[in-house]
Amino acid sequence: MRHLIDIMDLSIEELDEMIEVAKDIIANPQEYSHKCAGKKLATLFFEPSTRTRLSFEAAMYELGGVVLGFSEANSSSAAKGESVSDTIRTVGAYADIIAMRHPKEGAPIAGIRRSTVPVINAGDGGHNHPTQTLTDLLTISREKDRLEGLTIGLCGDLKFGRTVHSLINAMSRYPNNKFILISPEELRIPEYLKYETMIKKGLEFVETDDLEGAMPELDILYMTRVQRERFFNEQDYLRLKDSYILTPDKLDNAKEDLSILHPLPRVNEISVAVDDDPRAKYFEQVRNGKYIRMALILKLLEVA
Amino acid sequence: MIIGKIEDGIVLDHIKAGQGMKLYNILGLDKLDCEVALIQNAHSEKLGRKDILKIDKIIDVNLDAVGYVDPGITVNIIRGGKLAKRSHLEAPEEVVGIIKCKNPRCITTIEQELPQVFQLTDRENRVYRCKYCESKAE
Repeated sequence: MRHLIDIMDLSIEELDEMIEVAKDIIANPQEYSHKCAGKKLATLFFEPSTRTRLSFEAAMYELGGVVLGFSEANSSSAAKGESVSDTIRTVGAYADIIAMRHPKEGAPIAGIRRSTVPVINAGDGGHNHPTQTLTDLLTISREKDRLEGLTIGLCGDLKFGRTVHSLINAMSRYPNNKFILISPEELRIPEYLKYETMIKKGLEFVETDDLEGAMPELDILYMTRVQRERFFNEQDYLRLKDSYILTPDKLDNAKEDLSILHPLPRVNEISVAVDDDPRAKYFEQVRNGKYIRMALILKLLEVA
Repeated sequence: MIIGKIEDGIVLDHIKAGQGMKLYNILGLDKLDCEVALIQNAHSEKLGRKDILKIDKIIDVNLDAVGYVDPGITVNIIRGGKLAKRSHLEAPEEVVGIIKCKNPRCITTIEQELPQVFQLTDRENRVYRCKYCESKAE
């Protein structure tokens, strides 16, 4: 029995296999519409997250399965003080597979200790969110037809953005990728990630605060939000905030086949005017999220 | 300063100066009923200054805990006033129940009876991270 807690739990071969299955689902959805008939997915959301939960639920319904669960801790026995481990063990008696989100970091590792069914980490605080990374990988693979030899710009809050950290970890396993890390000084990637992953693995990367300067080189632009509360002082925030808002004019020097990604929700870091640009792929990315979750459910349930 | 010889017991030697008390606490030596001596800032050819712990009884020392604090520590077992065994340590791959995760957002802060597990992620720099939230051990 397999779980998915961290994107690094999956080998490159498994990632590639799931991406291929997801592409096949997109091409032949009817062939998958009964694959999980009679199976139940439990979505245990100890903290609310509408889009991730709906994506999992839509994925299971499209596979012909059914869904049960809760969408906030108050409506679960966690409110009575039940441990995560006990909740997972109990729900394992009702469901065939579990997708869980929890505000505490590492909660899924505690959860799987006694689990009798596969558990998918649907986000544990600011720590891991592997199905977002799977979504990103499928999107890049569909847009570029490869996951190697790409120049990937990651822009915005690189310090606290867990999706950025996971994507760097995942893409660093494919050869010849180059990373351009675009952020204000205050929000650069954490030192441990820089040293323990990027430098140790000999990855090619550049740190810059200049989005427009980096633009012509990029194959992928992964945007994240720069949040006011991350700054030590208001002046710095006001000085920097507009530099990291993507507007159509900043795309003037971008490649014709650039793909713009964003884990969403967006607040104001991508102007709505960019949505009509054919290079904007973030809503396609949302759709891909459902397909890769379908492929993941099939894999963990060992449904051929 | 004179601290007497021990007949049957354990000497933890070559502890980096300043680490002796940390090791004393981690090993729970305050709970022993025998004599325990902590010598701080002793002269050392190798280290300049070092700490030494002498325990006047042969106890089960948690070698993982010692190796976690400093793999350079030597563990000497004394029997009948003579050195019976000397162990050189390595930093263990995993330590359980020795240190606590200090990340307030970690699941270990709320989950009942969840063991505190830290794993060695960087041997060169001896970095340990919480198995659950991956926060660095302080």
